[in-house]
Amino acid sequence: MTVPAQIDPADDSGQSFYEKHKKIYPQSVHGTFRRIKWIVLIVTLGIYYFTPFIRWDRGPGAPDQAVLIDLPARRFYFFFIEIWPQEIYYLTGLLILAALVLFLMNAVAGRVWCGYLCPQTVWTDLFLLIERWTEGDRRERMHNDAGKLTPQLAARKTLKHFLWLMTAWWTGGAWVLYFSDAPTLVHDLATLQAPFIAYLWIGILTFTTYALAGHMREQVCLYMCPWPRIQAALTDEYALNVTYRLDRGEPRMSAKKATAALARGEPAGDCVDCHQCVAVCPTGVDIREGPNLGCIQCGLCIDACDTVMERLDRPTRLIAYDTDINIGERLAGKSTMARIVRPRTLLYSALILIVGAVMAWSLSARSISSVNVIHDRNPEYVVLSDGGIRNAYTVRILNKRTTPRTFAISVDGLTDPVVEVTAANPADGEQIVPVGADQTREVRVIVSVPEPPAAASVPVTFVVTDTADGETATVTDNFRGPGDGT
Amino acid sequence: MADSEHNEPRLDPVTGYKTTGHDWDGIEELNHPLPRWWLWIFYACIAWSVVYWFIFPAWPLVWSATGGLIGWNSRTAVDQEVAALETNRGPMIDRLTSTEIAAIKDDPELLDFTRAYGSIAFKENCAPCHGAGGGGSKGYPNLIDDDWLWGGSIDNIGHTIAYGVRNDNADSRYSEMPAFGRDGLLSGAEIREVVYYVRSLAELPVPSSADLTAGAEIYARDCASCHGEAGTGDQELGAPNLTDAIWLYGSDTADMIATVTNARNSSMPAWGERLDPTTVKALTFYVHNLGGGD
Ligand code: SF4
Ligand code: SF4
Repeated sequence: MTVPAQIDPADDSGQSFYEKHKKIYPQSVHGTFRRIKWIVLIVTLGIYYFTPFIRWDRGPGAPDQAVLIDLPARRFYFFFIEIWPQEIYYLTGLLILAALVLFLMNAVAGRVWCGYLCPQTVWTDLFLLIERWTEGDRRERMHNDAGKLTPQLAARKTLKHFLWLMTAWWTGGAWVLYFSDAPTLVHDLATLQAPFIAYLWIGILTFTTYALAGHMREQVCLYMCPWPRIQAALTDEYALNVTYRLDRGEPRMSAKKATAALARGEPAGDCVDCHQCVAVCPTGVDIREGPNLGCIQCGLCIDACDTVMERLDRPTRLIAYDTDINIGERLAGKSTMARIVRPRTLLYSALILIVGAVMAWSLSARSISSVNVIHDRNPEYVVLSDGGIRNAYTVRILNKRTTPRTFAISVDGLTDPVVEVTAANPADGEQIVPVGADQTREVRVIVSVPEPPAAASVPVTFVVTDTADGETATVTDNFRGPGDGT
Repeated sequence: MADSEHNEPRLDPVTGYKTTGHDWDGIEELNHPLPRWWLWIFYACIAWSVVYWFIFPAWPLVWSATGGLIGWNSRTAVDQEVAALETNRGPMIDRLTSTEIAAIKDDPELLDFTRAYGSIAFKENCAPCHGAGGGGSKGYPNLIDDDWLWGGSIDNIGHTIAYGVRNDNADSRYSEMPAFGRDGLLSGAEIREVVYYVRSLAELPVPSSADLTAGAEIYARDCASCHGEAGTGDQELGAPNLTDAIWLYGSDTADMIATVTNARNSSMPAWGERLDPTTVKALTFYVHNLGGGD
């Protein structure tokens, strides 16, 4: 493993503390991994740009957008799921799941996230496509930039920036659609009636997308993103990485020299030193120097090298997903295989399954109404004039339906309790609380018993029952007293 | 950097990086050059900080500070938020003002608002004596139980809050228990006898030697006019019920003797003098709602 020499040791013409920016001109490439990347790009961008337009019927009075973050109403809608602010732990669960999946991907194949899925990579790929389409491929762009700015080149560059800005603008536009009814917002945006905040966010995201995908590109990965640092600390030596198989490639020499060397009985490697792998690399890395912080593991150099190998009739995958351990074993004459199933990958998979199962279970088991209780703390109980004991509670009932409902409140666990919802309009002797559609209602409930319970604290269960369909929700709390009852 | 030396940069064979040439007792620094745009962002931040001085309040002057070009400051920001809050809840307050107190519970939205509004007024004004949850303490009535000195109907509670108890307001609740011992109306032994009698009314333990007949006589002569023949009290006079389980000043014999000897005439301000009628209405509703209201 060699280390990149950041500064040419022979060059001592001044010592700069600032890296000169070397513009990278990635060359277009064809092959398996490029195809996978295109598919991932189409799928992910398709999801991102079009999801806000998917409709989902939730009945009258509720938004019919499948995925909607409704900040003013404090609701998050995701198809059949509706998340309330007090259920924000689902988001925590989702983030834990996302982190575990990232760790698993890392344990299996290093920075796959970076190479295929990261928005920075996906949008950079899209912007490079536009650049190639307007300004030509690597050679042409390098040639153009080295020469004078002709009117024709200026026109092509203007077109490029225009297309970039349109893409960036669409990106920002799609973002705000997640926060409001998409078709209405599109209409309002077009007729300049949308709220200022929508335009502001579109502006911000247009700018960041244009700057990050058009201009910053690999600089984001090299200097701004924390993931490469975390990833390097999390990975192990068995994770598959895009690796130059130096056991096969060295000593590198041109095809002609190789033939001659082999004829003389001298060793010759498969690498013909054509620099194709470097030319296609979006971060300008020479993978043959070994693992490199700049490499986002996109696999494009594999495609580039395979193309060369095929032309030379040599076996492909001189660069491949492999490990340094395997290279060492092959150099030592042993056979190798990828070790995907290891304690680390098993552990991550198990954790993902557990967290995923817990989340799926809690999502499916959650009811469409729920109840919370807060016991009065000051005082915990009061003595009534007849010597009975009274406790007061604040009961909060959540109606997650899109229709108004009424609930009856009762209490289990006490002898002869008198339950009273203060300021309620009792019907048929029952304690009835109406709760509006998709709303929370807080009521004060006082519970009295004629005889002080024997214990200072008795567990009680509050039961709220939908008066229409009988659905119940329960919560337990305590009933307190002096504890000297008989 | 007195202890540092400046050497020629050299190539570090282990890392392949050049050093910066700085050398602190043999510890050398590798040169990991930053991109220039990073530096530009740093300069841009400095430039922005200068702009910031002019836009926002920044420099202290002798009596004030520079005001900033856009006129923003945290004081006006708070004023705006308070004003926004008032506009926001204005309609609900108007509704509360114009609704009869008995009709509040028929309007769930107004009910929730009134309880919240009343609870804040309670915590600001009433909690110091009656406790944050209305539980009271010795000498400060508990507002959650079902026992009321001056009546627990919503109108009675409203009157007590608005005009208070034993204060200078003309409509204040008023009554005065004599200090039987201090003013020499009863002797120490008589006080003890009447206290034992009262304890027997409330079914509290009484020593077997107590002369309840003598106590009953004293009670009938000196106490029954306010507390009633049977000791059940009189809410018109704020005379507590002596037969129930609730004792504002304690139910120990010693406490009760102290009460009869010195009397307990505590007072409460007339909140109608300090708060607007709508707040008093919300407070009344809230207190009635705490649990004890009749
Ligand atoms: S380094 Fe960071 S920004 Fe770059 S591809 Fe990886 S995760 Fe994305
Ligand atoms: S070295 Fe290869 S895998 Fe790494 S970023 Fe460059 S092209 Fe992608």
